[in-house]
Amino acid sequence: MSRQSNRTTDSKKMVGDSSRINNSELFTLTYGALVTQLCKDYENDEEVNKQLDKMGYNIGVRLIEDFLARSSIGRCQDFRETADVIAKVAFKMYLGITPSVTNWSPAGDEFSLILESNPLVDFVELPDNHSTLIYSNLLCGILRGALEMVQMAVDVRFVQDTLRGDNVTEIRMKFIKRIEENLPAGDE
Amino acid sequence: IWTTVFGRRMADEALFQFLHYELMQYIYKSADSKETENGRNITKLENMGFRVGQGLIERLTKDTARFKDELDTMKFICKDFWTCVFKKQIDNLRTNHQGIYVLQDNKFRLLSQLSAGKQYLEHAPKYLAFSCGLVRGALSNLGVKSIVTAEVSVMPTILLQKI
Repeated sequence: MSRQSNRTTDSKKMVGDSSRINNSELFTLTYGALVTQLCKDYENDEEVNKQLDKMGYNIGVRLIEDFLARSSIGRCQDFRETADVIAKVAFKMYLGITPSVTNWSPAGDEFSLILESNPLVDFVELPDNHSTLIYSNLLCGILRGALEMVQMAVDVRFVQDTLRGDNVTEIRMKFIKRIEENLPAGDE
Repeated sequence: IWTTVFGRRMADEALFQFLHYELMQYIYKSADSKETENGRNITKLENMGFRVGQGLIERLTKDTARFKDELDTMKFICKDFWTCVFKKQIDNLRTNHQGIYVLQDNKFRLLSQLSAGKQYLEHAPKYLAFSCGLVRGALSNLGVKSIVTAEVSVMPTILLQKI
């Protein structure tokens, strides 16, 4: 049953789909176990949100290298291009979904990612006593950490969440500033 | 095109590995860093893996017929389950036909981040705890009670023993 890599598009689709479904479930279930553990360890949702963001950040700063190696995407010219790469390449590659990029600010420094579906929340329901939990906050940290490694300081947050009753999941990303390379830490 | 396909096929695995690593770091950081805590952390990771394994096997075997016997179950773990979780099959399955099974993976994925070499062997257990739990959880939902331990002889080979 071991599959070799020289396959046609058709059989790739077959194998790829089933293994993608199952492997994303591994991630989803593991993520759920993590959030459950965090909720046990921390007294309030705010703390859990912060932890998820921090862990996401740690993942992001390493994920970016993995992403650049896999995608061989060059440096983005502007924030719009960055948005497209995030939505159409990165999300697709790692989570199998393609959010849409919308709601650009007039200055072009802020946009929204709209996720019709969020694989992280498959099989998940938020209990009543966790109404302020940002369940998928890991994603914000990942995006923030990854972009920091390519010299972009951004603010990332959830503004809509299907887990909290909204129709879609919306992540808002705002460009703060360009990070200069090789400056000593703490000067800014 | 081939490069993109390859990139995507492994990318979700990479994402899981990053998450697994952060999970390990979190469990270890949130405990007091004393020697005695190591056992408890391993247990925590193993228990998380257990619950994930239960959930995963449920999805995986939704439309599968019941297994003939224990060996059939183990073969499923070695082929389908292992492929689902680690994108490859178990390399070698041995049994004494009295309830002990040894599963050998010669290129265990979660250890690939850890450098080969004796000085890293002491860290291997925490990389294996979650996976042992996965297997134990999967077996549990298939009606098999087990103890799953893992050994690393030469990185990154592991031997899982199901008792």
